[in-house]
Amino acid sequence: MNLMTSIIMAFRNIRANKTRAFLTMLGIIIGVSSVIALLAIGQGSSKSVANSVNSLGTNLITVNITNTDTHFTMDKLNQVGKVYGVKSVAPVLSGRDTVANGSTSSQVSVTGTTSAYMGIRQLTVADGRFISSFDENNRTKNVVLGSDTATTLFGTQSPVNKSILINGERFNVIGVMNSKGGSMGQNSDDAVYLPFSTAQRLLKTTYITQFYAQADNQGDVNWAVNGISRLLSETYSSTDDYSVVNQQDVMQALSSVTGTMTMLLAGIAGISLLVGGIGIMNIMLVSVTERTREIGIRKAIGAKNRDILLQFLIESAVLSMLGGALGVALGILAAQIYAAATGGLAVYSISVMAFAFLFSAAVGIIFGVFPAYKASRLSPIEALRTE
Amino acid sequence: MTEPMISMNQIEKSYQMGENMVHALDHVSLTINDGDFLSIVGPSGSGKSTLMHMMGCLDKPDSGEYVLGGSHIDRLKDRDLAVIRNQKIGFIFQNFNLLGKLTAVENVELPLLYRGIKAKERRARALVCLEQVGLRERAGHLPSQLSGGQQQRVAIARALSGEPQILLADEPTGALDSRTSGEIMDLLTALNEKGRTIILITHDLHVARKARRTVSIRDGRLWEGEHI
Repeated sequence: MNLMTSIIMAFRNIRANKTRAFLTMLGIIIGVSSVIALLAIGQGSSKSVANSVNSLGTNLITVNITNTDTHFTMDKLNQVGKVYGVKSVAPVLSGRDTVANGSTSSQVSVTGTTSAYMGIRQLTVADGRFISSFDENNRTKNVVLGSDTATTLFGTQSPVNKSILINGERFNVIGVMNSKGGSMGQNSDDAVYLPFSTAQRLLKTTYITQFYAQADNQGDVNWAVNGISRLLSETYSSTDDYSVVNQQDVMQALSSVTGTMTMLLAGIAGISLLVGGIGIMNIMLVSVTERTREIGIRKAIGAKNRDILLQFLIESAVLSMLGGALGVALGILAAQIYAAATGGLAVYSISVMAFAFLFSAAVGIIFGVFPAYKASRLSPIEALRTE
Repeated sequence: MTEPMISMNQIEKSYQMGENMVHALDHVSLTINDGDFLSIVGPSGSGKSTLMHMMGCLDKPDSGEYVLGGSHIDRLKDRDLAVIRNQKIGFIFQNFNLLGKLTAVENVELPLLYRGIKAKERRARALVCLEQVGLRERAGHLPSQLSGGQQQRVAIARALSGEPQILLADEPTGALDSRTSGEIMDLLTALNEKGRTIILITHDLHVARKARRTVSIRDGRLWEGEHI
């Protein structure tokens, strides 16, 4: 009996028992579709995280000073700026405060920094200008708004040359930044930027707890990190007093997390496909029992054991492949619905789909072997005798 | 004298039935020539079915020699027996044994399917066989849409489609009314007249007498003629 005929026969048997075939395939459908959907959503979110990490600039180095006894001063920061491989540095003094324009007010992040900040964080100005060294040196009461803050306080009007209140103190708006979106727990749109010296006064803090440094280029990141660490170790005795983190470390940590996630998902998917396979085996065993007489007739007519084996094997393979194909379609649909509903990203990979499909086909064949073997070994006399 | 179609010599077959050993076939010897129309009569439990399974190569003897169309059946493996069944024997059963999910013509095609014949030729040959039993225009019907007599005729067409040397009919009229039985017997007689070897197994002497030769079986032993 040739393969094509067997496949056609398998489809006819499936069509003759639509409900049962569907229920049999359900395990595989659910298994495959959950793999496809979960991986698409997982890869989508890890991609969007990676995007936002990269949007911070791959040459970015973040330094946090956790020792509050020995203060890190502007002089020391200027030394950091001279380290080999460091292009520029910007101190960050941040707090949360109420900003208000007339009766409209909002809680935002207040960041005191220098003119270098814009370049390091890869921000761009939408209107007006960013903080300059003049503002820094003269402790001007100028402020730059993030795009969300500007919209909240001024609506569609331009805020430039208007004034706002921060903690009751009046500041002059000199610029508005373009939207950058949130990343890693920080939203640069929902913020206001002040000159560092002004912020020291406003937030009543004189020392630096955090600063950003930018390396000359990606190849110099490690040089810069080492140089900064060496410099800091001159001030602080313990490495617990400060942390130097570059974006590549962050990326690596993230990718190891997503790697673990992917493995977990694959494991769950594997188990559900296994359960689906057992479902197929169960139904195929029932089917063999039900069709004992058919097997007897076929054998009497001249079917070899191999023909019967192949017939049942093809049937379970067709069932599982059909389930796999439906699962892939359903998984894509589910991920699309998720992406549309949450505005998230769904990333599909052909290799995942191919793997899920082939795995389900393999499950069908592996779990089909036992029932098919059982069918093929039936004695034709016994089989013909059953009613 | 040409070689006989079937030559059975001292065939033995026993089964364990609970505590007892049943000698279903007890040193059975039988020779059937090409073109014969033989009926085998016997009550139930006589060893009739076992003899039919043996002749139909569904079972192998414990001892003795069985030569069918030049092949030593007792020496063949299971897979070779399947080939012999496919090429040399056409089965006709009491309850027709058509596959319910296949149409009449597809049922008739089955023996050719297992012989690896291409779809187009299969269909053409199956239709010729349906024509022979007068059911050409019912080719696309499912067995459930046919009467008992029509189903048995489809089964005969199926038995014929592989162009076997022997038709082996096991109570072919057992499930049919007398008028339809008559039609089926006429069909078998006509096939025999065209030179087909037919072996008919029955407990109905009236049916058995349509054959040209009758043997009787009782308690696993065989006699020439009617010994009921």
